[in-house]
Amino acid sequence: MLSRTAANLYWIGRNVERAEANARLLEVGARNALIPNTSGGFRNEWDAVLRASGTAADFAQRYGEPVQRNIETHLFFDLKNSSSVAACVERARENGRIVRTALTRQLWDALNTAHQEMREMARTERSRLSLSDMTDWAIHTVAQIRGAALATMLRNDAYDFLNIGGALERADSTARILDVKYFVLLPHLSFVGSGLDNYQWRTILRALSLERAFGWAYGGEITPQKIADFLILNRQSPRAILTSVETLTHHLDRLARGYGRSSPAQEAARALHAELAEARVEHVFEEGLHEFLSRMINALAAVADVVQRTYLSGEAR
Amino acid sequence: MRLTVSHNTTYRFDPPMRGVVQSLRLTPARFDGQRTLDWRVNVPGAVMGAAFRDSAGDWVETASILGPVAEVTVEVTGEVETSDLSGVLRGHRERVPPGTYLRATPATHADTVVQELAGAALSGQAGTDPLARAHAMAAAVAEAVVYEPGLTEHGTTAAEALALGRGVCQDHAQVLIAAARHAGLPARYVCGYLHATDEGGPHEASHAWAEIWIEGLGWVGFDAANACCPDARYLRLGSGRDAADAAPIRGLARGRGEEAMEVAVAVAAAGQ
Amino acid sequence: MTGEAPFNEMYQGDALRPPYAGLDVWARDMPAELRSMKQHEAEALFRRIGITFAVYGEGGDPDRLIPFDMFPRVFSAAEWRRLERGIRQRAQALNAFLADIYARGEILRAGVIPAHLVHCNEAYEPAMAGFMPPRGVYSHIVGIDIVRTGPDDFFVLEDNCRTPSGVSYMLENRETYPALLKRTLDSLAPEKCEGAPRAVILTPGHFNSAYYEHSFLADMMGVELVEAADLFVEGDFVWIRTTEGPQRVDVIYRRIDDAFLDPLCFRPDSMLGVAGLMNVYRSGGVTICSAPGAGVADDKAIYCFVPEMVRFYLGEEPILANVPTWQCAKADDLAHVLEHLSELVVKEVHGSGGYGMLVGPQATRTQLEDFAAKLRADPANYIAQPTLALSTTPTFTEAGIAPRHVDLRPYCLVGERIELVPGGLTRVALKAGSLVVNSSQGGGVKDTWVLAE
Repeated sequence: MLSRTAANLYWIGRNVERAEANARLLEVGARNALIPNTSGGFRNEWDAVLRASGTAADFAQRYGEPVQRNIETHLFFDLKNSSSVAACVERARENGRIVRTALTRQLWDALNTAHQEMREMARTERSRLSLSDMTDWAIHTVAQIRGAALATMLRNDAYDFLNIGGALERADSTARILDVKYFVLLPHLSFVGSGLDNYQWRTILRALSLERAFGWAYGGEITPQKIADFLILNRQSPRAILTSVETLTHHLDRLARGYGRSSPAQEAARALHAELAEARVEHVFEEGLHEFLSRMINALAAVADVVQRTYLSGEAR
Repeated sequence: MRLTVSHNTTYRFDPPMRGVVQSLRLTPARFDGQRTLDWRVNVPGAVMGAAFRDSAGDWVETASILGPVAEVTVEVTGEVETSDLSGVLRGHRERVPPGTYLRATPATHADTVVQELAGAALSGQAGTDPLARAHAMAAAVAEAVVYEPGLTEHGTTAAEALALGRGVCQDHAQVLIAAARHAGLPARYVCGYLHATDEGGPHEASHAWAEIWIEGLGWVGFDAANACCPDARYLRLGSGRDAADAAPIRGLARGRGEEAMEVAVAVAAAGQ
Repeated sequence: MTGEAPFNEMYQGDALRPPYAGLDVWARDMPAELRSMKQHEAEALFRRIGITFAVYGEGGDPDRLIPFDMFPRVFSAAEWRRLERGIRQRAQALNAFLADIYARGEILRAGVIPAHLVHCNEAYEPAMAGFMPPRGVYSHIVGIDIVRTGPDDFFVLEDNCRTPSGVSYMLENRETYPALLKRTLDSLAPEKCEGAPRAVILTPGHFNSAYYEHSFLADMMGVELVEAADLFVEGDFVWIRTTEGPQRVDVIYRRIDDAFLDPLCFRPDSMLGVAGLMNVYRSGGVTICSAPGAGVADDKAIYCFVPEMVRFYLGEEPILANVPTWQCAKADDLAHVLEHLSELVVKEVHGSGGYGMLVGPQATRTQLEDFAAKLRADPANYIAQPTLALSTTPTFTEAGIAPRHVDLRPYCLVGERIELVPGGLTRVALKAGSLVVNSSQGGGVKDTWVLAE
């Protein structure tokens, strides 16, 4: 397969996943903003959302104060913000257009429809669009794209590259959301376990559509340990970092088998997988949650880099 | 005359590039005025290949360097026996029809100033043969453009150099080419080396001059920078329609690095 | 326009011409609703397959559909036989001309064509002088635009020797053409190729107006569709970047212009090309289709000499005639053109796609005056031809079936053999009375059928 084709499939995976992550982040912000600001002195929840999206500085420069309407525009519609939902959808569709012949018709249709509906929405008067209309649309649309790939694509290298991109992006976004929750959103460590903390966690779980799943898995009270376990180490959790790294390893293994040779990318992913599979949530807190997550984010970026060099540059021999 | 050449060109990239491909025209031309005794072109770290003799009779080879590339050096060493043919490129095999060298390029476009120069040079030349007209034009260019390094650069066009009235060998050659083509004489740009013997004369070891097509005689070299025709001190590499087209090294680096270039050339007469 | 009514390919007066006998019944019996349904189906098919084109400089939707007319154009077997012979003959002569002018230039030495018209032509590529491409073929896909003015009157309007587009608009021949093209490309392996050659299509990218066609051909031929950045030169060969490492390429069917092939040989400012490609080509490591410099043969100033080429190289009389052409570079011709501007079609020598041309009979007085000024300023840049009464064929319009003007672009493939797809592409001017068939200027396409004996 052409390296460029593989790269575009990989980026469809990443962009689609990022579109969803940002839509969900927007939802977190909106829900958090619903509770009255009583504790005083802590940062605006919207600020936290901007930080989690990695675009706080960019936003401040172009819009100034974090007002909800502007944040919605910025995170959802603004094509100048490269991680806005619209920008991700546009890019994913553009990636698809470039490698159209490598896609099934259903997958292309899903990407193309997403692009057309996105444009339609951008033209719609904003007073007629609620935030939940927007985020519901994004989550629904991403599900359609993923479903089209799942249901119609051959299980070949194209499918692997699509999923490798998706898995890397999802692991990265979970790590970031978790990191931001503790180091930005919560005003002070003394709030851990407080009502506010709890409320924020429920919001995040709900925004990730995981509230009930969490309840089933852990029951009872929400604690930082349970949450960290659920979002980092629980194989049953669809957004856990370990789950994504498992997916990543699975597809890299398939590639290596298909091409008849093992790759450094496979080794890098396996090493990360081995560590996570062994890890226990106590270790994570011993190391420090923030330190651990930062290390994960770097490790994922390193795997992405090896994937790039091994498969996407077309020069590895 | 036996000329020995050592010519190193180093490119540095910061940050390193993803890959570099170069087309090299660094081998002495084959004609009656030159006999190559020894010649090596070496690019450490590169895969060499795709070598051939091109339409203009020049030997071309290709160097590919896989990234990351922080530095590339093109090393040329050799020895050539030269003789004085009064500028005539006798015995050179090539396939490009001379008529194609009447086509202007952006760098050799004849603006009104170049046209006036050509007109003035030829004003007393009615009825003379093309060789006399070519000499007259070369002399006019030598007079109109004073040798002064540092004012012009690679991208300077003939028209710009003439307007400035100052420049280096590249500018002399391109102004002469523009003027000659305007006067209906096919002309081209030649790259090579010059062994400098005189004290204080305007010369660089890496040199360039023009060739003008004279019906019946063939290609004849004119070095307006030194107001003469190439002789045994000159070593001819290859030609092109203008300086960029004739460049001995044409390369493309993939990536966003800044490029810095360093050249070291030495031409000596063997046994001196 | 000439006073007579244009030749109608279906009816002569009230009489039905034989090739259209079957269609007449079909068209008459079809209820209007069924027809409109079928037209919608055809459009849906085009949209679904993705047959679209972008119009340069118009902005708008890059995914615009090319209008497709369901009413086919029909040739009898005898009509096609003659056309086919004429097309092969012309394609052969054009290639003989190219091989000659990049070698000894006999036709120039013989004084049949002025040397300066070739050597000073921007499309003449000096870097190709003295190089003989595999099988001596320069133009591997020759598109020849043909117009008809009467039962036996066919004229060549222009030749396309570089990378003619439009093959993907043929519906009937969608399967045959790519198979023939693949066979042609495979027969052009370079000197250094061992084993079965690997061909690729080189596209400028998905923003190009013909991108759909590039990907269609790649799919149908089962070859990779690559952009310049997918290729690189190392050693004696060109390689594609793949997920399994570099793979060698032997034949490149390029759909990019000469100037953008190789920044180390042509435009140094081009980021589109493959650095070192020409060196590999010249040293026998890869074949480029069409060869760089092939465009000089379809230059409109050279066009006038094609009948002479047929005589010179093949020793035959041309089967297909040129449209009478005035070369404005000649003073007498220019005078004639200026005097009869309102009756003529004037074209730029190097133009294409119907841009920069004047259709005299349809121009306003101001347009004529403006164009006359352009002509006087740079006469060598123009040629003029009479406004031909292009034949018409029945076409579905809003108001029912009505005659519309058409031309024909057959595609001739030249490799080990000369191959020709029966029929080719018929372009139709959808506006009543219009003679401009270019898809960029309101033209559409229709299928071309050739009847069996």
